[in-house]
Amino acid sequence: MRRDIVAVVTGTVVDDEQGIRLAQLCRACGLSVETVRDMVGHGILVPTGGRPGRWRFPADSIRRARLVSRLRRDLEINLAGAALALDLLDRIEALQARVARVEQPTRQKNLFPHRNDHH
Amino acid sequence: MQYTDYYQVLGVDRNATQDEIKKAYRKLARAYHPDVSKEPDAAARFKEIGEAYAVLRDPEKRAAYDKLGADWQSGQDFRPPPDWDQGWEFRGGGFDGAGFGGFGGDYGGAESADPSQFSDFFETLFGGGVHGGFGGPQGGFGGAERAYRARGEDAHAKIVIDLEDAYQGATRAITLRSAEYGNDGHVQTRERTLNVRIPKGVRQGQQIRLAGQGGPGIGGSSAGDLYLEVEFNPHHHYRVEGADVYLDLPVAPWEAALGAKITVPTPSGKVGLKIPAGSAQGRKLRLKGKGIPAKKPGDLYVVLQIALPPADGERAKRAYEAMKSELDFNPRAGLGV
Repeated sequence: MRRDIVAVVTGTVVDDEQGIRLAQLCRACGLSVETVRDMVGHGILVPTGGRPGRWRFPADSIRRARLVSRLRRDLEINLAGAALALDLLDRIEALQARVARVEQPTRQKNLFPHRNDHH
Repeated sequence: MQYTDYYQVLGVDRNATQDEIKKAYRKLARAYHPDVSKEPDAAARFKEIGEAYAVLRDPEKRAAYDKLGADWQSGQDFRPPPDWDQGWEFRGGGFDGAGFGGFGGDYGGAESADPSQFSDFFETLFGGGVHGGFGGPQGGFGGAERAYRARGEDAHAKIVIDLEDAYQGATRAITLRSAEYGNDGHVQTRERTLNVRIPKGVRQGQQIRLAGQGGPGIGGSSAGDLYLEVEFNPHHHYRVEGADVYLDLPVAPWEAALGAKITVPTPSGKVGLKIPAGSAQGRKLRLKGKGIPAKKPGDLYVVLQIALPPADGERAKRAYEAMKSELDFNPRAGLGV
């Protein structure tokens, strides 16, 4: 096995301000332009900029496009199905964040916190 | 090498029909898909399920696998009989890994960028074809090879950091494994460690792009990029939502009732905080700009949690008795009792 150690690499954060261009998104996700256009058509990806040549995708698009590709490939579902799954996963995540918010205080809200120290 | 019972993995009989195998796979794939499942070992299970299906859905591979016999147990030490695959069509090629390649890269954390993540067991039995025919330095593309140039593929991995790293910036080592052709034309595993500088201000789910650290280019073309998806370790005290950070802060009843100046921890150090008099349980106080730093920094929200002192001594009991007699307080007034 060969082992390489690279000193220090500095990355750039893909941020919303600049957005991601169509070509970069295709390359990053290994997708064709047609597939990305289909994803835009299904509302999975929402670029700004009007026409494809000027499209700029939000930073989250790489994660979304790759997730949808995996769901299609592994679960044999079509784009509409994958889009629905993505929406539902987003909702589950939002709900879980809310549950965590509600549960955390109740867990700490035992009436006499100092007693816990004896356990 | 350990034997893997692919029928057991899919939970089907050895004489299951192709249809039953497909059904079993689909059900398990939905249950254990790493993007959907909350099972802790989902990625490993899903990989096993995909591998079992890759063998059992293919009549040739299934027949060859069946020929090993039904007496093997999962986990048993296994050596394939010599020339066991003689005469089967997939020998030395045929399995293209389509649809299943890139397990590691897609789901694994550090084991990313690895094109073939099948088990040793699978690789030994069926693996010949996975690497065959791709055209390494010594063949494949033939005459066209010299003219063929392609930019390397972009690769993906996850990087897990602490909330404090997002406040201060940090350098984290990440180890990537990939398979590639050595000078002798054989596939070899290459392991490389990157020391990645995490820029201050990254947030959960953001991508850090490392230019030129992805797959190598072909024909002298440039290498692809490596994308790292940022994930935070869960924190004992803080909750993160986007750029905002939440802290549940215990306060004494008198601090909430009378107001107080107290010290609170933040990921960037301790700060003083004034609790307004008459604060109720769950009151949210905002420390502007004390969330994750960025051009537009997030805020830190302190959520007050009123903690009751225990009535475990004479003096404490007397204090509670005094409150009882001094205060005209009915906590259940709203319930009409």
